[in-house]
Formats: sequence, structure tokens, C-alpha cells
Amino acid sequence: MAEAATQMKVSDEIAITITKMNKWYGTFHVLRDIDLTVNRGERIVICGPSGSGKSTLIRCINALEEHQQGSIEVDGTLLSSDLKNIDKIRSEVGMCFQHFNLFPHLTILENCTLAPIWVRKTPKKEAEETAMHFLEKVKIPDQANKYPGQLSGGQQQRVAIARSLCMRPRIMLFDEPTSALDPEMIKEVLDTMIELAEEGMTMLCVTHEMGFARQVANRVIFMDAGQIVEQNEPEAFFNNPQSPRTQLFLSQILGH
Amino acid sequence: MSDTHAHSVAFVRTSEIPAAPPPYAATGPVKWMRENLFATPANGLLTIAALYVIWVVLAGTMPWIANGIWNTESLAQCREVLDGAVGACFSVLTERWNQLLFGFKYPPEYYWRPMLALLLFFVAAAPVLFFDLPRKLLIVTALFPFAAYWLIWGGTILTPLVALAGFAAGAAVYQRLVAGSFAMGFFGAIIAAFIVWTVGGWLIPASASQNALLGAVPSRDLGGFMLNMMLGVTCVSLSVPLGIALALGRQSNMPLIKWICVIFIEFIRGVPLITLLFVASVMLSYFFPPESTLDLFLRVVIMITMFSSAYIAEVIRGGLAALPKGQYEAADSLGLDYAQAMRLIILPQALKISIPGIVNIAVGLFKDTTLVSVIGMFDIVGMIRGPILASTEWNGVYWELLGFASVLFFIVCYGISQYSQWLERRLATDHR
Repeated sequence: MAEAATQMKVSDEIAITITKMNKWYGTFHVLRDIDLTVNRGERIVICGPSGSGKSTLIRCINALEEHQQGSIEVDGTLLSSDLKNIDKIRSEVGMCFQHFNLFPHLTILENCTLAPIWVRKTPKKEAEETAMHFLEKVKIPDQANKYPGQLSGGQQQRVAIARSLCMRPRIMLFDEPTSALDPEMIKEVLDTMIELAEEGMTMLCVTHEMGFARQVANRVIFMDAGQIVEQNEPEAFFNNPQSPRTQLFLSQILGH
Repeated sequence: MSDTHAHSVAFVRTSEIPAAPPPYAATGPVKWMRENLFATPANGLLTIAALYVIWVVLAGTMPWIANGIWNTESLAQCREVLDGAVGACFSVLTERWNQLLFGFKYPPEYYWRPMLALLLFFVAAAPVLFFDLPRKLLIVTALFPFAAYWLIWGGTILTPLVALAGFAAGAAVYQRLVAGSFAMGFFGAIIAAFIVWTVGGWLIPASASQNALLGAVPSRDLGGFMLNMMLGVTCVSLSVPLGIALALGRQSNMPLIKWICVIFIEFIRGVPLITLLFVASVMLSYFFPPESTLDLFLRVVIMITMFSSAYIAEVIRGGLAALPKGQYEAADSLGLDYAQAMRLIILPQALKISIPGIVNIAVGLFKDTTLVSVIGMFDIVGMIRGPILASTEWNGVYWELLGFASVLFFIVCYGISQYSQWLERRLATDHR
């Protein structure tokens, strides 16, 4: 499977370019000189100790966090303080959160159709068909008329993935999508993500699921103290880490 | 048989035990009383004491109500009929019924007009309160304020029509410009509405009200409980949207808007309502040229609305703060703009959390409309304290009149409270 994954097609087209990006929370320098280029179809796993800035990094890509220096270009659109650009990028970039963040006052179907109807101006019927298509893909079409509170955590996260997919994003960001789930449910969410990867979706994934990284990623990035410490193909990254900080981290998380 | 069972563990049932009714004391009223009224000796003593208090209260009030006199001309006649017996003099209610409801200056031949407006109000409020009703009914709601204004105060129909045209022009301009930016649409709408109102104001001839279809009634002439209802309904329905705007403004990233809202809320909340009402009745006229004083009713509406909107803003801010940050982020990450995120995601949830608080303030506001009696308006309390108690016939009938006012307010406020509880149950989707 690992070979199959790395053979999945990565095009030369560039999806995201981050150049010399710096970010501070007050006086705390949280991201330092980040340089990162992501090709279309590439699947990147970002790992690192907590507080290393990995979530902040991917949240900068869709402007949930503001960066103070450097540039981020997504799909040819430069991320600036211009609200038009921000909204354009956000509608092209899907995001899944650790705590799902489904809208509890709307049904599953309404969660999925809301953004297509209001942002893309899709007719309601068409949006519902698309939503049912993606709900079938994440294997919960029968829950469409329930409310998020009636679903298990794993189901909610799969709905969140479907909700993002309904916007037909070209890039998906995952911010620790399985960290709030029971072990049993982690698998169902990872299966959905693997399926997505196999279809060639560009993915940036902050996760501690090293099995997933080995199986799906074509690049693993290790961050510490706001910097990219090491990045490599998964095989080389896990079997032959170069930096002592990476070696320590891997020995700690793979040690048991 | 019992011998065998006593010695062996094995057991086979050969006959079914028929179902028997439970012992008398374990079900029904006896059980309920034993558990709730006489669980312990202390509990039993308290129950007996409470029963005694209830008996004393009822023994005092029941004969008073039952012996009530309904058809005399004055308190003196009541006393004659009662001839020393205990009894209420409810005649004041029947004799002054219209005054209690409409005030003492409203022309009696027009009483049907406020009554019709009240009936229309229930039709207009229904689609807002019960959202399962067909949405088309909202047209009635939109037209109701203008219809009610015309019904109650009469005069030329052109006045409410020009007001309506102003709103329509504002809405049209907003629709046209909002695609560009929200601020353009918002200010464009306000400017368009003001232009229509000003031009319309010039066009209405001064004599238009004289031979109008519905005779004009000066706004000061409406009184009684209708005045309380008018003030309550107008102020609640204006202060909820204003409160939402203030709450959102207070959270704004734009410092100017934020500080305007903070200062408004903090100032208004720090001032007693009664002083604001005195400002409305006395002070405001100093700021206007003598010939163009704003109507007193309008001034009072503005003051009460400002007062309650500041409180509602704070309640809604609590609701907004209770939402997890993830809801804002999820809305943002889907590409919804600010107005969409607020309207579709944030406010529906924040308002749902705020329902008890908003209803609390609405009920308080409704009862506070009786404060206008202090600035010389004749609402129901003003009527009771002024023209009715001061008259020679009814001087001294306190319990009946104030009790009646309390009952009216209680009915309305209890209705609001029951509605809000229904609404909370209806909107519960969290399945906790």
C-alpha cells in the first residue's frame, strides 16, 4: 500500500507557495521563516510536539490566523488583508477541525448545503444532490435529516469532511481530525481521508497518526518551535531521521 | 411440597401467580400525599402550617370577591348595597371600563379602531412567533405597523403611506447596492428613505387630515391599557433588532463602531429609566425649535427603546460569548462573509441561548411602561391614580382597580413567559 500511495499522481502545478512567512502572537514568535511549496495532488502530513506551530501554520493558509511577514499564495491568489481575496481562498480551501465544528442548529443535510447555496449560489435542489453524493461517499447518507448532536464523534467528523467537499475545494486542510475521537472511530475517519487522498486531493494534514502518514503522505514535515525542522518522504523520514530533535520526537511517539 | 423445596435447590414453577393490585397505600393519591406532604413529621407540620396560611388568605379574599358589587354608580352606593358586609366594589371596573382600556380622552365612537388594531396585531405577530405558519403571512406583519398607526391615530392615510414608501425605497436601494458592499447598501438605504420621507412630508397638504376617512386623534389622547400595549409592543419590537446591532457592534473589529456601542450601552444602562422619561417629557423640547417638537409618545418610545435595547444587547452579547470559537471559524473556513456568518450561523444560536434573558427584559419593559404615568401620560396606572381615584364617585377604591391592572399585566406577561418556554423546547436540537 505504501508504494501504491507514493505512486499516486502529483502534478508539477503548484497549489500553495509560502515564502518567508513569520507570525507573532503578541511578542511570541510562533512561526519563523516558513518556506513551503505544495504541488497539486500532494499529500503532506505535518507533525511535531504541541505548541510547535503546526496548527497555526495551516490556519494561516485559509486566513483563520493572520501572518505578519512573508507571503502565502494559494492557487495563484495572494493572501492579503483584502477580504475579497480571503473569501475566494476560503471557498477554494476546505478545512476540517479537531472538534468538527458542525452547526448544531442545522441538520446534517443543511450543514452540507449551506455554503454552496449562500457562497456559490447553487440552486437548493442541486446543492442537496451534491450533499447527498458526498454523504454517501462518507457512508452516512441515512443520517442526512438528523442533527449533529445525534451522531457519534466519528460520524460528525465524516460529516465535516463531506461539508467541506460540498464546496468542491481544490485543497483540503485537516487540523488534528482524529485527536478528539475514540480509537474505534479514528479508523472510519482515516479511511475516508485515505479514499480522498487516492482520488488525488491536495491535502495538508496535521496529525499524530503515523500509520496514516506512512500509508498516504508523500511528504512528512516535522516542526518544532515554530520552524520546519525536517521534511522528507515518509519512508526516509521514519526510518532515517536526520535531525536529533526529530529522532527524539519519533522515539517518543513510536516508543510504545 | 414445601418440604421438598426447603431441601433442594432445584425449582420448577407449575402455576402462574396472578397479577394482584398493589396495596392501597402504595399507589394513587395516598402514596402521593405520603411522599410529598407527610414524608417526615417536620414535613407534615409544614404542610399543615401551609394549609392554614392558604385557608386564611382564601377566607379573607373569597367572600370579598364573591360579594362583589358590579352595577352601582359610585363607591357610596356600593357601601349602601353592602350594608356593612365584606365585599368588593367592582362597579368601578364596569363603569370606567372604557377609560381603563382607552384613556379618558379617546373619542368613544372610535373605540373600535384600537380594538381592531389589537386583533390585527395577533394576526401580524403570529408568523413571527410561530414559524411553522406560511411565510406569506409576513406581509401582514410588514404592513401592520402602518395600518395600526392609521387605525389608532387616524388622520390622512398619506402619512403611513409615505412612511411605508420610505421603507420600500430604502429596501430597494439596499438590494441594489449591497452587492457592492454592506456599508454602501446600508447608508444608501437610510439616505433613500429620508429623501422619500422629506419629499413626502412636503407633498402632504396640511389640510389632508381634516376630512380624512378616519378622524384624526391627537396622540396624547390615547391612554389606558391600550397605551401600555402600544408602548410595550412598539418598544420590544424596535429594541430587539437594535439590541442585536449593538451587541454585534460591541464585538466589532472597527474601533469607532465598537466604542460608540460600548459608550451607548454603558451610559444607558447606568441611568434610571425614570430620568430618561423625564428627559423625554421635559428636556428634549428644549433641544427642538418650538414649532417642531416631536410628539411626546414618540419621544417616550425612543427613550424606552434605547433603554431596553442596551439591556438586550448585553444579554445577546452573553449568547455570542457562549458560542464556541469553532463556530465562527467553521463559518469563515467555508467562505461565508460576515453578514452571512452572523445571519445563518452565529445569531440563530446566540439568540436561542439568549431567549430567557430577552424575554426577561421584554416582560420587565412591558411592566415598566406604567412608569409613563409619572410624566403625566394616562396609561392604565395613570388613569387609576389620576382621573378615576380623583373623582368623587370612586375616591378610595384601591384594591379593585390596582388588582385589575395587575391581573391584566399578569395575563400578558404569563403568556409571554409560556411562549418563550415553548420556543425553547421547539428550538432544542442539541439532544442533551
